Amino acid sequence: MGISYWWMILGMALVTYLPRAVPLTFLQGIELPPFLTSVLRNIPFAILGALIFPAIFYVKQGDYFFGILGAVVAFGIAYSGVNVIFVVLGAIGVLAIYSLMFYV
Amino acid sequence: MTKLGFFNGLKAGMPIAIGYFPVAITFGLLAKSTGLSLFEAMAMSIFVYAGASQYISLTLISKGVDPIVIVLNTFVVNFRHFLMSASLNEKMAADKKWRKGIFAFLVTDETFSVLATRKEERLPLAFGCGVNIAAYTSWWLFTAVGHLIGANLPLFLQSAMSIALYAMFIGLLVPSMKGNRKIVILAASAALINCLFYWTNWLTTGWAIIVSALASALIVEIVYRRFDKKKKGAQHSLT
Repeated sequence: MGISYWWMILGMALVTYLPRAVPLTFLQGIELPPFLTSVLRNIPFAILGALIFPAIFYVKQGDYFFGILGAVVAFGIAYSGVNVIFVVLGAIGVLAIYSLMFYV
Repeated sequence: MTKLGFFNGLKAGMPIAIGYFPVAITFGLLAKSTGLSLFEAMAMSIFVYAGASQYISLTLISKGVDPIVIVLNTFVVNFRHFLMSASLNEKMAADKKWRKGIFAFLVTDETFSVLATRKEERLPLAFGCGVNIAAYTSWWLFTAVGHLIGANLPLFLQSAMSIALYAMFIGLLVPSMKGNRKIVILAASAALINCLFYWTNWLTTGWAIIVSALASALIVEIVYRRFDKKKKGAQHSLT
């Protein structure tokens, strides 16, 4: 790795930072039209849907069921209303047992 | 009501810290095998701090792709944060701009998800920074651990832990979905559109998430407003 990799990392850092920072700093204090505000408030739930699907099917290469099982367990635990940390640990736990049974 | 502070944020960020642990270890490991030094791998996790694009950059480096192309690709993959940052602006309490600028450096898919799904109308910046720091510390620390140890977790644990971030996304979404049909429709329609993009190869992942989230948020809002107007109109005609 030569010096150019440091320039590359710097460039990557810059182009990643700008989209993160521009809206949070420049939009603050600006009154947006109510329609746009509502759309922005819808975004988190839409993004979550898009972050989960279809990626959940490809959590383990060649085994769709692995991700689906994890999602079902997570959904079940989340539905009971406990803290997110238990959803995460519960899904890991069930899939650890599943992996031990079928992959080790 | 008690004010949410930095330590509440750290606690709320713990699921992310757990979820980043296996991903960061694997990144450190892969970075080493790609030929990056410990400092280069850590610099990427400390300064770029964006999982997917870091992984892609390793693949591109190993193929000998021009660094300029890698930077451009990083921009495309991470541009979705623009949408998240704009949405988060509606959630975070007003604060000094330079502080928001520092906070923004650590906004990821995961910290955004944790913050944006909170029930509070506005969140203090200290809470947001707590969530961010919990996630960030896990990311760069375990990048270093992966590079130094040069070995991964036992295979069964590694696969099991790869569900962590998705389980967290589900854990954040489900309580909001309960009794709120609009949120169910938002998530489901964005998921469907994103699947369509993925299976047809129309858009790369970075753009697909932006377009599907934006389309779903826009269409659902337009439909709901139409529907509300009609309902109001019907009520008027009744009275």
